[in-house]
Amino acid sequence: MVGVVVPYWGQSIFRAVGVAVAVLIPAGTAVYLYLFKMVSFMQSRLGPMEAGPYGSMQLFAEVGKFLQKEDLHPDNADRFIFKAAIFVVFLTVFLVYLAVPFGPFAVFADYSTGIFFALAVSSVSVLGILMAGWSSANKYSLMGGLRAAGQLIAYELPMILAVMGVVIQASTLNMQGIVAAQKNGEIFGWGGIGSPYVLTQFVAFVIFLIAAQAELTQTPFDMPIAESELVAGYMTEYSGFRFLLFFIAEFASAGAFAALAATLFLGGWALPGVPLDASYMNVIGPIVLFTKMLVLMGIIFFVRFTYPRFREDQLQRFAWKFLIPIALINIMVTACLKVAF
Amino acid sequence: MAKLVPGVLKGLGVTFKELAHTVTPKKMGGGAATVQYPHEKEAPPLRARGVIALREVNCTVCMLCARSCPDWCIYIEGHKEKAPPRRPGGKPRTVSALDRFDIDYALCMYCGICVEVCPFDALFWSPEYEYSEPHIADLLHDKDKLGEWMETVPEAPELEAGADKKKK
Repeated sequence: MVGVVVPYWGQSIFRAVGVAVAVLIPAGTAVYLYLFKMVSFMQSRLGPMEAGPYGSMQLFAEVGKFLQKEDLHPDNADRFIFKAAIFVVFLTVFLVYLAVPFGPFAVFADYSTGIFFALAVSSVSVLGILMAGWSSANKYSLMGGLRAAGQLIAYELPMILAVMGVVIQASTLNMQGIVAAQKNGEIFGWGGIGSPYVLTQFVAFVIFLIAAQAELTQTPFDMPIAESELVAGYMTEYSGFRFLLFFIAEFASAGAFAALAATLFLGGWALPGVPLDASYMNVIGPIVLFTKMLVLMGIIFFVRFTYPRFREDQLQRFAWKFLIPIALINIMVTACLKVAF
Repeated sequence: MAKLVPGVLKGLGVTFKELAHTVTPKKMGGGAATVQYPHEKEAPPLRARGVIALREVNCTVCMLCARSCPDWCIYIEGHKEKAPPRRPGGKPRTVSALDRFDIDYALCMYCGICVEVCPFDALFWSPEYEYSEPHIADLLHDKDKLGEWMETVPEAPELEAGADKKKK
């Protein structure tokens, strides 16, 4: 890896700091670039302009504001679970980033079943949300938590089935293997840009993005936190720092799913024309991946700021009767073609 | 489901068009609808209800404005004075002099009834709006301050062709 031998505890610290950076930078960028600016422009506003040049320091002002607020909990709340719930949600975001490769060696944990691990831990956040909804002792929170659980489980399936197509085509569950397969692939004998799976697995890509939108409870699928019906769903009773953590977790997991999608469909950290094992890709790779993540997060938030909300039954019907059959057909077609060629 | 697709794409187009319009520089016909208030100021319309100005010489202390004010935010005190007769040899006249005319803008709801009800054209609307105060008591404008607002009262537009203008 590098010339110096780093002791195990040093590596652990490096990993912890690295994951924290990997979680916070995409989340912060998404909040400023999309939540503050893009949505404002779409509504013919300017967004924050006063804190720093073009409001770029607004994030720090917001964090400062949240930190000043009182840390409340309802009298009837199950205190321990109420306080633990947010950390369960937050932890899953960190764990998803663990499996995402940023360069040939810049990877926190190179599991041989990386994508399986990432999708498995990302569904743990349902537990945190249910804990938050149940322990708040509030009917809005409870309804929001139940809706979130139903929705997250329903959209987990098309997401996993969409990823299956990629896994079949790449013949590996390893994230580095999927990156390499896309890098070394060829489009009808032409290997100029490799073969990003967004071309061959376009259906899976669209299903993955829609399912990610639902997993993040972003707007067309924001039934669990529908503010006109449920105040803020499972987040209703949270205030101050705990609400801030929920908020960061929402945007950090948007970054996490964008990182997964970028790795699975857009070729990950690899650049065309650069050998896969070049050591300088450890520095350039994260930037490449970050750029791809920004594009994908842009799509996610573009959709979020455009569409109104699905009704609960429409939302379930869309997952079970439309996305899952299409994902299954996609798997079958991919498998047949894989065997045929 | 297939029927939905064009509408779905159209929605994305609408937001994207607005985004592009806002990002385009002002010189090229784009820009946001926002006016960045402390840095750039918007000229209020001529008849905006900003602040009420008082022309003291027209006031006869008739109290109509104070009585008709729904918020009771106008405070008037006056006294009678003897004035020299109009013609030589006449009786000295009795005129009302204004001692106090205060409007409490912390209470005022800008309904404009006082301006409407004044029979002697002593009250006027001014579009001036920048008179916020750090202390609420300072929103009580006395008659000197209300008189100063007269400078900001715009020339009244003609109400209809041939009608008399409201005199300032």
